Amino acid sequence: MINWLTQIVTLTRFSLGTVPQRKGAATAAAVGIGGVVAVLVGVLSIAEGFRAAMATTGDDDLVIVLRSGADSEMTSGLSREETRLIADAPGVARTADGPLASSELFVIINLLKRSTGTDANVPLRGVTNGAAVRGDIEIVEGRAFEPGRNEVMVGVGAARAFAGLEVGERIRVAQVDWEVVGVFKGGGGAAESEIWTDAAVLQPAFQRGDSFQSVTARLTSPSAFATFKDALTTNPRLQVKVFKQSEYLAEQSSMLTGFIQSIGVFIAAMMALGAVFGALNTMFSAVAARAREMATLRALGFGSSPIIISVLLESVILAVAGGGAGALASYLAFDGFQAATINWQSFSQVAFAFSVTPPLLIFAILWAVAIGIIGGLFPAIRAARMPVATALREV
Amino acid sequence: MSERNGALVHIERVNKTFRRGAEEIHILSQLNLEVPQGEFLALMGPSGSGKTTLLNLIGGLDRPTSGSVRIGGDSIDQMSNRRLAAWRARHIGLVFQFYNLLPVLTAERNVELPLLLTGLSSAQRRRHVEAALSVVGLTHRAKHYPRTLSGGEQQRTGIARAIVTDPTLLLCDEPTGDLDRKSGDEILALLQALNREHGKTIIMVTHDPHASARATRTVYLDKGRLSSEKPE
Repeated sequence: MINWLTQIVTLTRFSLGTVPQRKGAATAAAVGIGGVVAVLVGVLSIAEGFRAAMATTGDDDLVIVLRSGADSEMTSGLSREETRLIADAPGVARTADGPLASSELFVIINLLKRSTGTDANVPLRGVTNGAAVRGDIEIVEGRAFEPGRNEVMVGVGAARAFAGLEVGERIRVAQVDWEVVGVFKGGGGAAESEIWTDAAVLQPAFQRGDSFQSVTARLTSPSAFATFKDALTTNPRLQVKVFKQSEYLAEQSSMLTGFIQSIGVFIAAMMALGAVFGALNTMFSAVAARAREMATLRALGFGSSPIIISVLLESVILAVAGGGAGALASYLAFDGFQAATINWQSFSQVAFAFSVTPPLLIFAILWAVAIGIIGGLFPAIRAARMPVATALREV
Repeated sequence: MSERNGALVHIERVNKTFRRGAEEIHILSQLNLEVPQGEFLALMGPSGSGKTTLLNLIGGLDRPTSGSVRIGGDSIDQMSNRRLAAWRARHIGLVFQFYNLLPVLTAERNVELPLLLTGLSSAQRRRHVEAALSVVGLTHRAKHYPRTLSGGEQQRTGIARAIVTDPTLLLCDEPTGDLDRKSGDEILALLQALNREHGKTIIMVTHDPHASARATRTVYLDKGRLSSEKPE
C-alpha cells in the first residue's frame, strides 16, 4: 500500500512538474473551468440573495393569518371584526398597549426603478401596529409616519431601488400625495423592500372600506403556535389560514428561487460541457507529451492504476486551481451586489443583495472537481493502456 | 536465478507478428535463444529486423504471439500484466538509446525511481543511489537535472538507474546510438566493467560493430531468425 502511494506521489509530482512546459494549454483549461465556476456562483448567488431577502430574522413566534383559500396577501381579505378575533386569540403576546398584532393592507403601486428608469410594482403596506409586532424595525433616516396622516416610511431596499423615495419627497398614489418621512431597516428581511403607512389612511385611499388583508402577530413563544392555530381554525366565526411568517415568506419566494437555481445549474451545465472538452484536450495533450516518460516508468515497474490516479489528480488540481480562482472572482464581483427583481407570487419588486455563501463556494468547487475528473478520466485510461513497447518509441 | 543448465534466458520457438491493417508482418519466426548467466551478448541486425522487439520480449515489455520466454525459470509470457510489472522491477535493468530520464527530476532522483517500488527506507535508497552513481562515476553530478548533463552523463545516469536495484539482467537498446564516439566508448567500457567486475548479464542491441566488439558474444538477427554469422 505504501509502495502504491509512493508511486502515486512520484507520478503526480512528475506530472505537475511538467505543467510549466504546457502552461498555455493548462492555463486555458483552468480559465475555462474558472469561467464555469464564476458563472455558476454568480447565478446561484442571486437565488441565495433572494432567498435571504425573503426570509425573516428567523423568529418562529411571528405568524401571519390570511383568509382561507388565499395563497398570498394579494388575494386575502379580512374584516375588522375578524382581525379583532385574531388579535384576541390565545397565544398572542400582549403589552400594556394591547395584543402584539397588526392588521394590514397590502397594495401594489407603480414607481420608477432607478436601474432601468421603467415602471415597477412596489408593495405598499398599511399597518396598524407593524413595527411593534416585528420588533426589528429601525428608523435609519427621518422618522416613522404619524397615524392618520398621508405619510410613508420606506424600507432601505426600496429606497435604494426606486426613484423618488428620498426623505422629504412626495409620491403620488391613488390621486393623493404622500410624503416620505423616514427610511427604515428591517433586519435584512422582506419588509425592507416595502413602503409602509398607516392602514387607516390607506383604506379610504384604495376604497377598502373597513377591511384588511392579513394579520401579522407575535406569539408568546414558538410553542404557542399550535394553540393559536387551533383556536383560529376551530372558531366558526373565522375562515382563516395560519402560517409561521418564515414559512410563508419561504413559500412566497420558492418559485423564483427555484427558477433562478434551475437556470443557474442549466447555464453552468452547458458551460461545464465546454470546459470538460477543454480539460480533455489539455489532458490528452499532456498524456501525449509524456507518453514516453510514462512508458519508461511503466517499463521500470510502475503500475497502471497509479498512472491513472496521477493523471486524474493533475486534472483535478488544475480544475480546482481554476475553479478556486473563478469562485474568488465571483465572490469579489457579486457578493453584496444590490439588485431588485419582481416576485411573481406577490407581483411586487423585492430588493436584495447577491449572496455568495460558503456552501455555495463549496458546491462550485465540487463542480470544478467533477469537471476535472471527467476531463482527466479518458486521458488517464489512455495513458495506462498504451502498450509500453509502443510508447517507448514515441519521440 | 539461472536454470539448471546455467542459461539465464531461454527463448523457445518464439513468433512475433504485428498487424498493419489487413497485412500480417512476421517479425520473429520460430526463434530460439539461450543466454548464460554472466554473458555480455550483442544483438545485431539491420533496421527493422526485430532486435528491439526481441529485447522487449526478454524484458517483459511485450508478449510473443507464440512460443515461450523463460528468464531464470520464470515463464514471463504467462504472467499477468501486474505480476509482470513487479517482475520487471525486481529482475530487469533497462538502458535506452535516448536515456528516457524524467526531465523534472535530478540525476539522483531519476536513479532512485526503481527503488521506490522496493519498500526500502529513504536512507537505504540514498545509500543505493550513491553506490550506483559512484559505479558510473557521476557522484559529483547527482544534483543536476538531465538538461544540464551531457549525452554521455545522461546515459551514465540511465545506467545507474538500471543497476541500482541490482537486477538479474541488464537490457540495453542501442546505448551508444545517440552518443559521439568518445562518450560511446566510455559507456561501452562501463558496461564491460559491469559485466566483468560485477558479473552482470547484459544483452545489448546495437548497429555498431565497434560496440559489439566489447561483447563476449554477438548474434545476428535477420528476417526474423538468429544466427551467429553476420548475414550477407
